[in-house]
This record gives sequence, structure tokens and C-alpha cells, in this order.
Amino acid sequence: MAEVFRDDLHDVTLHVNGAAHDVRVPARRLLSDAIRHDCGLTGTHVGCEHGVCGACTVLLDGRPVRSCLMLAVSVADAEITTVEGLGGDDDSLGPVQQAFAECHGLQCGFCTPGFLTTITAGLRENPTPTREEATEMIAGNLCRCTGYQNIVRSVLRAAEIQAGEQS
Amino acid sequence: MTTRLFGQRVERVEDQRFLRGRGRYVDDVLVDTHAGTLHAAVLRSPHAHARIVGIDVEAVLDLDGVHAVWTHEDLPGPMAEPLPLLIPHPALTHGRTQHALARDEVNYVGEAIAFVVAEDRYVAEDAVDLIRVSYEVLPPVVGIDAARAATCAVHDDVPDNVGARMEQRNGDAPAAIAAAPRRISLDLMIERSSCQPMEGRGVVSRWDPDTSRLTVWSSTQTSTGVRGCVAARLGLDLDQVDVITPDVGGGFGVKINHPWPEELLVPMAARALGRPVKFTEDRREHFISSAHERGQVHHVEVGFDDDGRVLGLDVMFWHDHGAYSPYGLIVPIITATQLLGPYKPGAYRVRFESLFTNTVMVTPYRGAGRPQGCFVMERTMDAIAAELGLDRAEVRAANFIQPDEFPFDHGLVFQDGRELEYDSGDYPASLHKIKELIGWDGFPALKAEAAAEGRRIGIGLACYVEGTGVGPYEGAHVHVETSGKVKVAIGLTTQGQGHATVFAQIVADELGVPLEDVEVVSGDTRRMPYAVGTFASRAAVMSGSAVHLAAKAAKDKALRIAAEALEADVDDLEIVDGVVRVRGTDASLALGTVAVLSNPLRYAFDEASKLATQFVVGDPGKPPVAEDDEPGLEGRDFYSPQRATFASGMHAVIVETDPDTAEIRILRYAVVHDCGNIINPMIVEGQIHGGVAQGVGGALYEKMEYDESGQLQNASFMDFLMPYVTEVPGEIEIDHLETPSPLNPLGIKGAGEAGVIPGSAAIAAAIEDAEGIAITSMPISPSDLFALRSRKETP
Repeated sequence: MAEVFRDDLHDVTLHVNGAAHDVRVPARRLLSDAIRHDCGLTGTHVGCEHGVCGACTVLLDGRPVRSCLMLAVSVADAEITTVEGLGGDDDSLGPVQQAFAECHGLQCGFCTPGFLTTITAGLRENPTPTREEATEMIAGNLCRCTGYQNIVRSVLRAAEIQAGEQS
Repeated sequence: MTTRLFGQRVERVEDQRFLRGRGRYVDDVLVDTHAGTLHAAVLRSPHAHARIVGIDVEAVLDLDGVHAVWTHEDLPGPMAEPLPLLIPHPALTHGRTQHALARDEVNYVGEAIAFVVAEDRYVAEDAVDLIRVSYEVLPPVVGIDAARAATCAVHDDVPDNVGARMEQRNGDAPAAIAAAPRRISLDLMIERSSCQPMEGRGVVSRWDPDTSRLTVWSSTQTSTGVRGCVAARLGLDLDQVDVITPDVGGGFGVKINHPWPEELLVPMAARALGRPVKFTEDRREHFISSAHERGQVHHVEVGFDDDGRVLGLDVMFWHDHGAYSPYGLIVPIITATQLLGPYKPGAYRVRFESLFTNTVMVTPYRGAGRPQGCFVMERTMDAIAAELGLDRAEVRAANFIQPDEFPFDHGLVFQDGRELEYDSGDYPASLHKIKELIGWDGFPALKAEAAAEGRRIGIGLACYVEGTGVGPYEGAHVHVETSGKVKVAIGLTTQGQGHATVFAQIVADELGVPLEDVEVVSGDTRRMPYAVGTFASRAAVMSGSAVHLAAKAAKDKALRIAAEALEADVDDLEIVDGVVRVRGTDASLALGTVAVLSNPLRYAFDEASKLATQFVVGDPGKPPVAEDDEPGLEGRDFYSPQRATFASGMHAVIVETDPDTAEIRILRYAVVHDCGNIINPMIVEGQIHGGVAQGVGGALYEKMEYDESGQLQNASFMDFLMPYVTEVPGEIEIDHLETPSPLNPLGIKGAGEAGVIPGSAAIAAAIEDAEGIAITSMPISPSDLFALRSRKETP
């Protein structure tokens, strides 16, 4: 008979969008599952669970990571940003979110959180991307609905909005 | 007058939720209620074909956190029966469906065998690993050739693997071909692909013992369909079952099939265990246990004259429908009929065999048999042009149904059992537009220029007609609340098409209210129990028409009540910005107040309702609610067309092939599209973009790689090559033609599937043009093209 792995539970504090979430999880709990099921932040979606589609992308200390490829217990010291943390304090849309609404950058909305987090980080690194750079920025995320043309447009529009806000 | 919203690029209402991470998809349901939700996992067959000798679940029950495990022998009553054959057809003489959990035999890798419910998904998967099944492995049937050879059979009682044989004809095609001055034959093939929505399937269910009601949330394309199946299999009255389709992360067809085993097993478990139960499919499960589509092999005989006019067309094809046939013959019937596209051959005969194989079953994927039919017809047109040395566009033009020939009856029966009769269209105008858009006539010069630089470029063109908006019906309910807010319910589901926006546009126009006051709910059987589903590019046509009719009914009632209250003539009233006004006067009444007046009350519950109590309103000489009237300001109506409405379009593509590596690159992609009157061009263009991307995927990248033992070798996003942004054209050039449908009040035709249909046909034609090699099988990879080149050089 196969040996059954018995889960030891670990107390971890996850810092998500500026709030601390104390969770008790087994070591094998994926960060994506912890964010969704333990923190109740269901904006982060899981599309493949093998790190290819990018739907589960969150920002870890500002850097985009695949939360389905990380364990919750490994990120206790990090600041995590999910799609719920991309807007303004007054519930207004952030520049990337606003651009997606204007450019019809989403259809079913399932992959969208991963694009929004990825682009947010991308524009921090390169606030004025060319069309080619905008394409490169989203080249690791899958979308089955939009054909990507309007997502590239959204990246460029988000850069414009962001530049407008800063000037 | 308020600006008409129909036809405007209105930003999507639903995006405000999605962009803030507040969508509610099925795996999000009950996540934060701490309701003690249990999680399910499924043991799936590792063999493509095997007899189940024994199942040992003992070890599972010892595992901490496991609540229950089911195999076929545990299934009660109707749950143990084979799943329903949803769309029976007289030609489907040997239809077969699987059981919710396999009984005695498995027929594809991925078929459900056991169902475990545990505290969380991790434990449930641990438990699945502990189930011991002994199998007697049987020889598998993989692929169309093996199915036709019938050396072994998928189902013992179907020894030739033929589930269905069907023939349709109009005229005597073989005789017409024999008598034709020119004849050619072609053998063509399209491989398997699949929908792959970013969200897989999922089901959540909760049994409420206090009310004896079952709630089921499913990521489906038909809530009402699931509801009917759940009630029937669980032995519940329909009225005890509510099915709610929350936000759906893409469908593309795979979620129209139902009930999936889990759609029955999850509610069964929830009821048995008295706890909510959730099942969320993972990606590998989606590859090996949800449906595929496309795989067909065609043989074409065509006879034509020296102008390229088709005198007789005779098509025989073999359709791989996988291990089971729950969705009947819809896909091959669509291929057989929609193959004709915008053309009118002198005579037509089509025959097909629908074949069982030990692979995942086949149900519609966006386009639903049309991409194959379009590929076959358009490859035939190109072959005729090549044979005659004529321009490919001219050969097509010579075969078009002309604008003055509508309605055009093909003399065939379509997928809905109705005549294949096109309602309207203007194919010569579309051809003119696409040639202009892509620069068809100037291309030979470009090609020569490129050749001089050592580059290979080619152009391709493909035309299609798509029957959209099939019946039987859809309905809508429009309710004006006393606040003036308008609540709309439609019965079909939504999975990214922007229904909350486009139907709000229609209602806002009809009722004269601001868009932001209209809220649309879809796919909730509590709100609209009579509905069919979201497939066949039918939502805009069907629900759009129903919404329009229901809003009109609500408006008529509002005007009648307001006319009485304002002592004015109905014909003098208008509704603007939610206020009923007597034209040319100051007399007015807010729509919310009209709603108050529509419902005579005994009890006042707020300031507004005081206006409607018994000492305030009504003629004491009459009953408060007239005999033929109802309280409330509501409209409810259904739309049921006699037949489908036929959208159409043409794609043109320019590709470049690398002379050394055989890499295929799309340089330009142009679309002319006619879906009748357009509710929201932004959304229609989005549908086209997404469809084209799936067409490109199907043409160049996506196929299901089964090995000879029936193992799917590329069941992950690492190995199944779905396009990223780097694989699709950066820009799709789009031009619209709007030929209204005469069949519905808004003149709409469907738009959802169109973008994918001509992809393989157009891209194959362009590669053929660049390479001078006949392209007869899609998808085509650089390796495939390289092999074709080698074969050409060393025949």
C-alpha cells in the first residue's frame, strides 16, 4: 500500500495588498490556492497549474511571479500584490485597468488579472514601451478570447494614462 | 432625444467587476463563506481501452479527510444509467454515451472511474492515488484510418466503428460530374484541436435540507440543460433545482455538452453528505476528459466548366467522434451543409460516416464543423482555379449566390432540422471589399518583388457562410423597479461576449432609460427558467430579439399607465432618460413612479409606495388590477425564429515562408464580415480578433498528438501550442458589411464563431501560393512544410 503523506500545518502571515493574513497551511499549499482560498482573494485565477498560462501571476515585492509555482510557506516575508490591489484607494481603476476597459482588452476576464499584474510591473520597468516592447511584455501570458490585439493596445494606452497622471 | 445606443462602441459594463478582481467564477463560489465546502477529485482511466476487472477503494477510506468515494456500483437509480444522448437523430443508428462513472469498460484515457470527496482538493487527489483498479487492457482504435479499418472495435456491439451514416443530396451530383467538361478530385484532412477556455469546467453544489432545494453552480453554456439533467438523474422535481451559471472563463463550445459526469456527481454528493461540494477541473483533466473537435478526412469529386462554374460536387467524409456521441451528429451535419458557403453548385451530394475511436469524445468547438467544411470547399475552389489557370477570386465570384437570389434554398436540411435556406447576404460586395482591403490585384507585383529579393510570399482567400441564431427559442424578462432601475434576465449563459452590455444597450434604447440603470442577469434558472443555451452564435440574435420584445412590452405597459395618470394620449408620450413625458408640455412622470402605480398596494413600505396604496389610486368602480392585466411594470417575451439567419464573410491573408527553415509567418490578415446590424462594433471586432487567433492556432499550431496506444502526448499548455501574442497577426484589418436579417426585429446575425471558420482555408491557400506545393492537410508546421518540400524535390 502506498505511503500516505500526512500534512503538518504551518502558521504563515501573508502580506497581500497591504493587509496581513494569518493562515495555517500545509507545506504543499500553493501560493495561488492560499491567496484564493485562505485569504479569500479570488481575483487571482488558476488556468493551468503548471506555470504556462500566466493567469495566476501576482507581484512579489513588485516582480511578477506565477503563484501556482510557489508555495505559500515560502513567501511569508514578501509583499504580495494581486489584481485587487491595483486600483486606487477610492476604488478607482488603476491605469492598466482603465486602459483595458477603454481598449476592450478583455472578454471572459479569466486571464485578465495575470495580464494586469504583468503589465503593471512591465510599465514600472519601461514606462514608454514601443509596440514591439508592449508585445514582448505580454508574451508570456495566454488569452483564448481576445486574440491579443486589444491587449497590446491596452499596454500602450496604459502607458499614456500613466504618463498623463505623472505629468 | 437620447442617442441610440444600438450600433455604438459602448464600453463594457461587466469590465468594472472583472478589472477589480471581482468576477465570480465557479471556483470562487462559497470560497469565503467558511461553509465547510468539500472538494472532489476524479480517478480517470490511464488506458484508452480496457475492461475493468476490479476496483479496490479500501485504502481511500482510511485516509484522514476523506468523506466518501463512489464507483459505478455505488450510483443510485438513474445515476447508474448511461448519460443522455442529447440530440438523437435517425441516422445515428449506433449512438453511445458514457456513464457518470465507468461501468465494466473504459473507452478513452481520461474516462471517469471513481469520484472522491474530501476536505480539500489535495487530500482528494491523494485519495485518488490510493484507488487500485485492475484492468484487462484491450486493443485501442486511434485515428480515422484505424476506425475505418475496424481491425478492432471501440464498442463490441458496433463492430465496424460506424456510429452513423448519412447522406444529403440536391440534384444528381455524380451524373453532373460525369457530364462536366472538367473534373478533379481531392483528398483533404483536418486534425483534432480543442476549445481550451482558460477556465476549465467546474461545478459547485449545495443541498438545503430546510427548503429541500438543490443549488448547482456550473461553468456551463446551458443552465437550463444542466438543471433538467440534474433533476432527472437525482430524482428531484425540476422545481427543487436551481442552476446558476456565474461568470464563465470562456467556453468556445466545450461547455455546451452536458451533463458532464461531475455535473451530476457533485450535486449527488452534496445531497448525500449534507455539505457543499466543489469540483474544479485542472488543465490536464481538461485535455483528457473534456471534448475535442475538428478531426475529419474528406474526399471530393468536382465537375466544372471552363469558367470554373461548379456543375457537380460530391463529398464523402469521415468524422472522428471519439469514444461516445452525446452531442449527436451536429458537427458532421454542419460540415456537410455549411461546406457550401456562399456558392451554388449545380448538383451536390454529401455523405459521411461518423466513427468511434478510443479517444476523447467530440462535441462542438467554435465553428462546429464549419472550419472543416470551409477548408474543403475553399481548397476545391483553389484547385479549380489552378486547373483552369484562372484568378482564384474570379472562380469564387462565378459560383456565388447573387444578392437577388435570396432567400436561397439549398434543398438540404440544416443542423436544426430546418431547411438550409439563406435569408440574406451580398457576397459579390464582400469579395469586392476583401480584394480592396488586402490589395488582391496588386499582389502579383509584390510577390515578384519579394521573389527578386529571395523571399517567398503568398496570398490566400477564403469565404464562408455561417448559420447563426438557431432555435428553438430564447426569452427575456424586463422588470422596472420603483426606483426606476431596470432589471433584465435572460436565460442563456455568458462567457465573455459582453451580454451585460449589449442587451443593456437594447433595453436602454427601447425603454428610454440611461444605460447605467439597466442590469442584465444571465444563466440563472431562478430568474429565467425557460432557455436553451449559448452556442451557434445565437445569443445576440435570440436573446437580443427576446430582450427587445420584452422591453417593448414593458414600455407599452408603462405608456398605458402613464397615459392614464397624466390624462394624455399614449401616442403623445415619450420616455427620455427614464422619465415619461407628454411631448411639447411640462407634464411628466418618472418611470419609477409608473412602476409604483403599476402595483396597487395595501401596505406602504416606503415613501414611493405610499403613492400606490388603496386610498390613493384606482377607480373605485373597477377592480384594482384589470382582468387582462397583471400587477408590476414588467415585460416578458420569447423569440422563436422559423430558421437560422446566415452571416457571412471572407478572410484574406498574406504569408511569408522561410526558404531555409520553412517557418511560416503571417504578414497581413484581413477580414470582411457581415453579421447584419451590429449592436456594438467594439465587441464584434473583439469576437473577430479572438476567432482569428483560434483560426491561426488551428492552421499552424494546435493538434492533439495521440500515440498509437491512445495516450494524449501533449496534454498540457507546455506541449499543446496555443498561440501567444507572438503567434498572431499584430493587426487584423477589418471591414464590415451590414446586410440585415429579415428574420428578427433588429436585423441581427450572429458573430461569435465567424472569426475562426476560414482560418485554415485562407492560410493553406496562402502557403500553397508561396510554395507552389498543394496543401491538403492542416495544421501545418514548419516541419510539415519542410517534409512537403523534400517530397516535391525527390518525388
